[in-house]
Amino acid sequence: MVDKGQLWTVMPLLAVGTYLIRFSFLGMLGNRPLPAWLTRALRYTAVAVLPGLVAPGVLWPAATGGHPDPARLAAAGMTLLVGVITRSVLGAILGGAVTLYACLALMG
Amino acid sequence: MTETSAAFWRGARHSLPFTIVVIPFAMLFGVVATEAGLNVLETMMFSVTVFAGASQFAALQLMQDNAPTLIVLATALAVNLRMVMYSVALAPHLGRAPLGWRALMAYFLVDQSFAVSSIEYERNPDLPIMAKVAFFFGALLPVAPVWYVASLGGALAGRAIPPEYALDFALPITFLAMVAPLLRSLPHILAAGVSILMSLLLAGLPWGTGVLGAAACAMAAGAVLDWRLEQGRHHG
Repeated sequence: MVDKGQLWTVMPLLAVGTYLIRFSFLGMLGNRPLPAWLTRALRYTAVAVLPGLVAPGVLWPAATGGHPDPARLAAAGMTLLVGVITRSVLGAILGGAVTLYACLALMG
Repeated sequence: MTETSAAFWRGARHSLPFTIVVIPFAMLFGVVATEAGLNVLETMMFSVTVFAGASQFAALQLMQDNAPTLIVLATALAVNLRMVMYSVALAPHLGRAPLGWRALMAYFLVDQSFAVSSIEYERNPDLPIMAKVAFFFGALLPVAPVWYVASLGGALAGRAIPPEYALDFALPITFLAMVAPLLRSLPHILAAGVSILMSLLLAGLPWGTGVLGAAACAMAAGAVLDWRLEQGRHHG
């Protein structure tokens, strides 16, 4: 469960921060070019943050008390595989969900 | 039809395929937020004010893990840092539009509107400025309203879903699904690999700080390899 006090702190600050990120160059800084090293780093933000955010939960899911779970590992693997092959976010989600439910059903 | 309204409808047409991706994604946010204890109003406030799916999911997950507020914010904002690049890339094309329009466009600057608009502006650099603005808003028509409505649908459906459905794993699957298509070059693959490895090694650190450390290492690894490869192309 999410703490409501924290939610009402995070939500407005995240909204304002995200807006400022979007507004930055479009709104204020105009055509000033970014230093090359910064554009280079920014290119890898999504791919640097998202896998690290889920990896511990995939290997040690809270739902199984922190023990590695074959169904969840298989689902994660299938999601990546389908996503890499088809380049489709939706296809990857479907592949992962079908694998998860199939494994959970098989293992009772 | 004027050039402006033609551009609006062209934008709508170009981003129409995104509708099919946004609907389940937004519904999932509504469902996961409800599972996390948010009521319908809070879920909708979140989707409307932040309007950036991946960071909303990230913030939700970290808050559920009882991460400190600063860590939640830093991680969720890091997810959105890629939008600095979008803002930089669109500025030369839209910089001459009135400030009010640019302020409104900034709120709506998402992956989808950026993707189709940047391609259009590269292809048609001489388009009048208001036609460029119209194209951008056209590209939002199949995406933004659908995002709000589907979030609401998910939030309303959320309470009806029992725990056997293993929704705890909806988040990891969604994140992995978003990452997989990004693995299109060696630096991207290296960054993802370093991110996974370091987050597992640092998992013992107090909540959430391991992710930030892992992300910093991964960004540096990707950027350095990117730079080395480019050097190799110039001198090789």
